Amino acid sequence: MTELLIKNGFVFDPLNGINGEKMDIAIKNGKIVRKVSSKAEVIDATGLTVMPGGVDIHTHIAGGEVNTGRIIRPDDHVKDVERKTAMTRSGTGYSIPSTFTTGYRYSRMGYTTVMNPSMAPLEAKHTHEELNDIPLLDKATYPLLGDWWFVLENLAKGNIEECAKHVAWMLDITKGYAIKIVNPGGLESWGFGHNVHSIDDQVPNFCITPREIMCGLAKVNALLNLPHSIHLHTNNLGIPGNYTTTLDTMRALESVPYNGKPVCHITHLQFSSFAGDSWVHFQSASEEISNYINAHNHMTFDMGQIIFSETTTMTADGPFEFSLYELGGHNKWVNSDIETETSGGIIPIHYKKNSPVNSLQWSIGLELALLIKDPWKIMMTTDHPNAGPFFAYPRVLAWLYSKKAREITLKHCHKKAQKKSLLPTIDREMTLYELAIMTRAAQAKALGLPNKGQLGVGADADIAIYNINPEKLDIAQKFKTARKAFKHAAYTIKDGKIVVKDGEVVDNTTPGRTMWLDVQTKNPCVIDDEMRLKFKQYWTIEYDNYPVFDHYLKVPEKLTIKASV
Amino acid sequence: MIILIPKRKFEVPVQAACISPDVFRSKDTAEIANLPVTEGNRNLKLGDLFEIQEDHLETPYITINGDAGKVKRIGQAMKTGEIVVNGDCGMHTGEKMAGGRITVNGNIGGWSGDDMKGGLIEVHGDAGDYLASPYRGTATGMKGGVIVVDGKVGSDVGCYLHGGVLKIAGGAGRFLGYHMSDGAILVDKDVDTRAGACMTGGKIVITGTIPEVMPTFTIDSVKPKVKIDDTQSVSGPFYVFLGDLAEHGTGKLFVNKANNPQLKTYEKYL
Repeated sequence: MTELLIKNGFVFDPLNGINGEKMDIAIKNGKIVRKVSSKAEVIDATGLTVMPGGVDIHTHIAGGEVNTGRIIRPDDHVKDVERKTAMTRSGTGYSIPSTFTTGYRYSRMGYTTVMNPSMAPLEAKHTHEELNDIPLLDKATYPLLGDWWFVLENLAKGNIEECAKHVAWMLDITKGYAIKIVNPGGLESWGFGHNVHSIDDQVPNFCITPREIMCGLAKVNALLNLPHSIHLHTNNLGIPGNYTTTLDTMRALESVPYNGKPVCHITHLQFSSFAGDSWVHFQSASEEISNYINAHNHMTFDMGQIIFSETTTMTADGPFEFSLYELGGHNKWVNSDIETETSGGIIPIHYKKNSPVNSLQWSIGLELALLIKDPWKIMMTTDHPNAGPFFAYPRVLAWLYSKKAREITLKHCHKKAQKKSLLPTIDREMTLYELAIMTRAAQAKALGLPNKGQLGVGADADIAIYNINPEKLDIAQKFKTARKAFKHAAYTIKDGKIVVKDGEVVDNTTPGRTMWLDVQTKNPCVIDDEMRLKFKQYWTIEYDNYPVFDHYLKVPEKLTIKASV
Repeated sequence: MIILIPKRKFEVPVQAACISPDVFRSKDTAEIANLPVTEGNRNLKLGDLFEIQEDHLETPYITINGDAGKVKRIGQAMKTGEIVVNGDCGMHTGEKMAGGRITVNGNIGGWSGDDMKGGLIEVHGDAGDYLASPYRGTATGMKGGVIVVDGKVGSDVGCYLHGGVLKIAGGAGRFLGYHMSDGAILVDKDVDTRAGACMTGGKIVITGTIPEVMPTFTIDSVKPKVKIDDTQSVSGPFYVFLGDLAEHGTGKLFVNKANNPQLKTYEKYL
C-alpha cells in the first residue's frame, strides 16, 4: 500500500473547476483519495504548478508506418542518440524515437496517457507489440475503419446496425479504442490510383460517398456508445483551398443526432484549413474555420501545429503523401496499399521558416488555437511526427501563452507569410488553466476517459508537477522559463508512483496499460462462411490468424461498453 | 610531429575519431595518450592502444606506423594538417573531413571519405566499398575535396556524390557513382556493371572497359577528350552517354571508345 501527499501546490484541474488554488492532493494505491495517513510520503509542491498528467489524443508512436519510418531514416537517428543510464534503456530519436525513448520523453514532459491514432487492422499485432514496449504511459490505439470493405459494403446498403456489429467485432479483435477515418473513400480509390476530391465524390466499386461513410460511422459510433467520437482526418487534406471541404464535412456531420456529446473529432485541423487556389496563392482559412467552430458545438478538434524542424510525415493518406513526394523534390518515399483496409505513405520533410508555405502553416495552427474561443474544443498536438516531434510541445505552449514568443518566431518567418498571417492581430495569451484544458482535460473528456485528465477523488493518480509559480512568474513575459519547466517536469507521477523527478526518469518498473474496448452488442457479429471465404479471397492472412488475442497485450485494461444494438 | 605505433594487433574494431591534427594540436603526449577511444565495447585511452612518440619535424603532423586496418574514423572532421599512415587504415577514414591531407601507404577500409567537404585523401593501395558516400539515409555524399586511389575500389563508390573529384587508377566495382548529382569520377581501368545508375548530374569518365551501359542512358556524342578538373584532362575518344533517364538525369558517362568495341552499336543512333 503506497501513499503519497502532494502538499501546497497551485492546482489546475479544469474538469473539477479548480483554477490555481493552493491544495493538497492525496494518493493511495494509484488513485486519488480524500486523505492519507501520516505515514504517507510527502512531496512539497510549494510554489509549483500541479496538473493532471498530460493526455495526447493523437500521436503516431507505434505500428507499421512508424516502424517503416524508422527503417528509412537512419539519418534521423544518428543526430539524436540517448545513452543508457542506470534507470533507462538506450534509444534513438529524433522524429521517430524508438519505443522506450518515446515513453521516457513523454514522461519527462509530464504526460501519462497517449493515443496512437492510426493502425491498419492487419498490423494490429505489430502495433500492440510496440505499445507494450512503451513504458510509463497508458496507451490505446484506433483502428482505421473508414475504408474497410465490410464497412463500405454495409454502409452502401444502408445497413447501419450490421455495420455497427462489424465495427464492435473489429474493435475487439484489433484491441482498438476508437473509429479512425482517414480521407474517407480516398484510400480505397488510391488502390486504383485515384483520390476523392469532395465529400460527394463516388468511391470506385462501392456506390458510396465520403459523406455517407463519415455520417454512417458517426451513427455507428453513437449506436455502440463508444467513449470517443469518430476520429477524422478530412478529405483533401494538405491541399490549398481545402477549407471548403472541411466546412462541408462539418456541416454534413450536423445531420448526425447530437445529444451533448461531440459526434466527431477532426484531427490536425491546421492541415485542413488552407485557402487559395494553388501553393503560390496559398492563404490561411483559419478565420472561416474558427467562425464556424465558434458557432457550433457538435465537434472537437486538435491543432496539428507545425514545428520548424526536420521530421517524417506518415499517414494512411497515401494520395496525400504522393502529392508531398511530387512537391518535395522526390525525396525518399514509401507508398503502400494495405489490402482491403487502407493505404499508407511516408516521406521525410523539413519545415523551414524561409518557406512561405511552411511559415504560413505554422501561423494557421496558432491562429486556429487562438481564434477558437473555447479551449475545450481545440486540443494541443503536433500530429507527431507529421507536423513536428512531440517533444517540441513546450514550444507550442510558449506560442500559445506568450505573444512575445509568437512575435519573435514570426519575425524570422518568410516575408510573404508575415504579411498573410493573422497572428499580429491576435492579442490572446492563454492562462495556465486554459493550457491545462488544451493539454489534458479536454483531451480526456473527448476521449471519454473519466479517470484521466482530472484530480478528483477516485481518478487515476497520474499527475504532472511543473516548476512554475503562477503568483511570481509572468509566463507571457518570461516564456523561456516556463517553456523549460514544461520540458522537464519537476515530478511526473504515474499510478501513484514517482516516475520522473527533476526532468529525469527515476522508475523503470511501470510499463503502462493498453486500454481497449470490449463492446457488447445484443447479437454479436457472426463470422459466417461468406466472411471466411472473403478472408480467403482478399486477405493475405487467414481469418484464424487475424485477431489480436488477449495475451498479446502485456498490461491490458479492458473497458466494457454496452452497445444499443 | 606525433608518431603513433600500435602496441599490438587489433582483433576488434577500434573507434578512434580523436586521431586528428585539430585534436592533437596544443596537447602534449601525456594529454594525447589520455584521449578516449573504444575497442569493441571497452572504453580505453589512446595510450592503451598506441605507443605515442614526438619528434620535432613540422610535417606530417601525425604519422601512424603499423597496421591500423581495424582503426576507424581516423581524421574525422579534420580541417587542417596532415596524417600519414604507413600501413592499412580502417573504415570511415576522413569522415566529414573539411581540409588537410591524409596519405595512406596501404589499403583503406569501406566508407572512407564519407560526407567529405574538402581536403585530400591519397591512397597508395586499394579502397573498400562506399568510398565518398553519404551517411546511410541522407541524399548528399561527398561535397568537395579530392580522393586519389592508386589501386582498385569496391562497389557503390561515389554514391550520392555532390561535388569533388575521385581519381581511381585501378578498377571499380558495381554501381559506380550511384545516384550522384555533381562532381567527377575518373577510373583508369575496368568498371563493373551499372555505372552511373540513378545519376542526375556530374560526370563519370571510364578509360578502361565496361561490360554494358545501362539501358536508361542515351548516347549523345563522341568527344576527343574530357576535362576532369582544373589540373587534368584525359584524351579519348569517348562515347558520351546522358542519364539516368529513369531519374530525368543529365549526368554524363564518358566511356573510352577504343577499349569498348561492344558499344559500337550505339553509333547508329548518333
